[in-house]
Amino acid sequence: MTLGIQVDKELKAENTKPILISRPVEPLKIQTDKLNAWFGNNHVLRDVSLRIKENHVTAIIGPSGCGKSTLIRCMNRMHELVPQAKVSGAVLLDDANVYAKGVDPVSVRRKIGMVFQKPNPFPTMSVYDNVAAGLKLNGERDHARLDRAVKRSLDLAFLWEEVKHELDKSGSSLSGGQQQRLCIARALAVEPEVLLMDEPCSALDPIATAKIEELITNLKDQYTVVIVTHNMQQAARVSDYTAFLYLGQLIEYGDTTNLFENPKEELTERYLTGKFG
Amino acid sequence: MGLPRVSILATTEEAAPAKRAEDKVSDTFLQKLKGFSSDDLFEFLATSIGSLVLVILIVTSVVLTRGSLAVFGKFGFGFLTGTDWNTSLGSESYGALPYILGTLVTAGIAISVGILISLGIAIFLSEMAPSFLRSPLSQVIELLAAVPSVIYGFWGLFVFRFWVRDYLETPLSTYLGWIPAFHGTATGYDILTAGLVLSIMIIPTVSSVSKETMMAVPSSQREAAYSIGATRWEVVKLGVLRYGRSGIFGAAILGLGRAVGETMAVTMVIGGTPGPYVLPTSLLKGGVTLSSLIATEFGDATGIHLSALFGLGIVLFLFALVINVFARLMVWRVFKVTGGIVE
Repeated sequence: MTLGIQVDKELKAENTKPILISRPVEPLKIQTDKLNAWFGNNHVLRDVSLRIKENHVTAIIGPSGCGKSTLIRCMNRMHELVPQAKVSGAVLLDDANVYAKGVDPVSVRRKIGMVFQKPNPFPTMSVYDNVAAGLKLNGERDHARLDRAVKRSLDLAFLWEEVKHELDKSGSSLSGGQQQRLCIARALAVEPEVLLMDEPCSALDPIATAKIEELITNLKDQYTVVIVTHNMQQAARVSDYTAFLYLGQLIEYGDTTNLFENPKEELTERYLTGKFG
Repeated sequence: MGLPRVSILATTEEAAPAKRAEDKVSDTFLQKLKGFSSDDLFEFLATSIGSLVLVILIVTSVVLTRGSLAVFGKFGFGFLTGTDWNTSLGSESYGALPYILGTLVTAGIAISVGILISLGIAIFLSEMAPSFLRSPLSQVIELLAAVPSVIYGFWGLFVFRFWVRDYLETPLSTYLGWIPAFHGTATGYDILTAGLVLSIMIIPTVSSVSKETMMAVPSSQREAAYSIGATRWEVVKLGVLRYGRSGIFGAAILGLGRAVGETMAVTMVIGGTPGPYVLPTSLLKGGVTLSSLIATEFGDATGIHLSALFGLGIVLFLFALVINVFARLMVWRVFKVTGGIVE
């Protein structure tokens, strides 16, 4: 991934206003504009303005409690489900504010899927029904179409070969890594435009993690992926762009290779070299 | 729990022979008692109190069986399928079918109406209600369980009966009277009213157990449903009800158990007199249940009549056992299918 220096400057974090790019190098998928978030009186995100490119993997790193998860939960309006949670600012999905009046959060979540830290398949449903659940919510009843979508999603999640003969088995009978890939397949089945992943590998062993990292790389042809991780190596391996968050503020954002090899902010450097975190 | 207990037992067993060898002669009761640790005493007490449950169960079955021997000896299996209830000396004839069916029909109405209302309450309390409302409302609902059943009976007899008659039964018999189940005159003094009063009585149990189950569903399940674009109701359906279905089923069975055994309130509103006529062919007919018949006739029954009432008792007892065993089996089956729960 090589990007001009000019792009790098545009992405710089101190510039909190939405920047108008005269010559967009690549289309933007999600932009947050002065995003602030609270849990009660706890101000967890402060003026975060981030621009996420389409068909790329963007990693969000930072120490625990820095607001990484809250940031992506604001993108698909999951944050507001927590009692006493508040948001201000804007999140643009293809230039449309998902927080605009009259926008149904349900429709936002269908366009921006999410995978969670702990695998959470529906334990009372079969593998097949887990994947088909979202489509059935959308009213899809056609068996042939459901079959195709289930196979396609499981393929994308690198799970099809392992479960194709046991689609009727319970979703919770799979191993932890398989459960997480099942959750990825479930999220992909509704054909979202963006996939948010909230520390998807933190509960998994290295082999399961490697599989998921491989599939993430594979996904960016069709999806925009935003992954939160506390594992810097993982961010370096899977992402094209990396954002470093500290105490709810966006400290630095840029091309992953540049950010890791040549951080511009002292805080970033200290975090990357393990001086704190 | 297992490990420490084993070790305690092991030490006392080892210590006991040594002690016995030492004071073989002065083996008084007191010293014997000293040989027991307080743990042994506690275990003995707990075990004996625990086994009381079994003793009560066995004694109940023995008493019921002995009491009902006469009626089963005279009428045999016909006691269960017969419909007569003739107590006059000389021409006595006893059949329990109308009351068995009366019990099943009233409990059936109770559970089908009660579970809907209870689930609605449970969903509101666990998923919708703001936290400052949740606790007081739950308390109020659980308070309903403390209302004596005779009070429900009074209310059913003097208030609820007329609502059922005017707003439910009159339209039913007028427009749907051609269906056998709604055949008859609307009096409000019948099986339908009894079933509906029962359905209200089981709400506290069913709704509070369902609510507990729903609140125990991890929020990751709700998030899973939200993240694939579920609406609030779909979140409840996909994330909460499905996950907690074994608990909700258990709650329903608890309610059914109460509905089958409930006596006083039913006796007051069901309005039938024993005999072939109270076979529950229509919901708008007076009925008699097993428990209501026992309650009304037990006082002045003797001989074979008394034995017939014991017979009803044993049927009721078996119902309760079967319902509970069935519930357990269902819950186990659900757990086997899902292979436990991911956490």
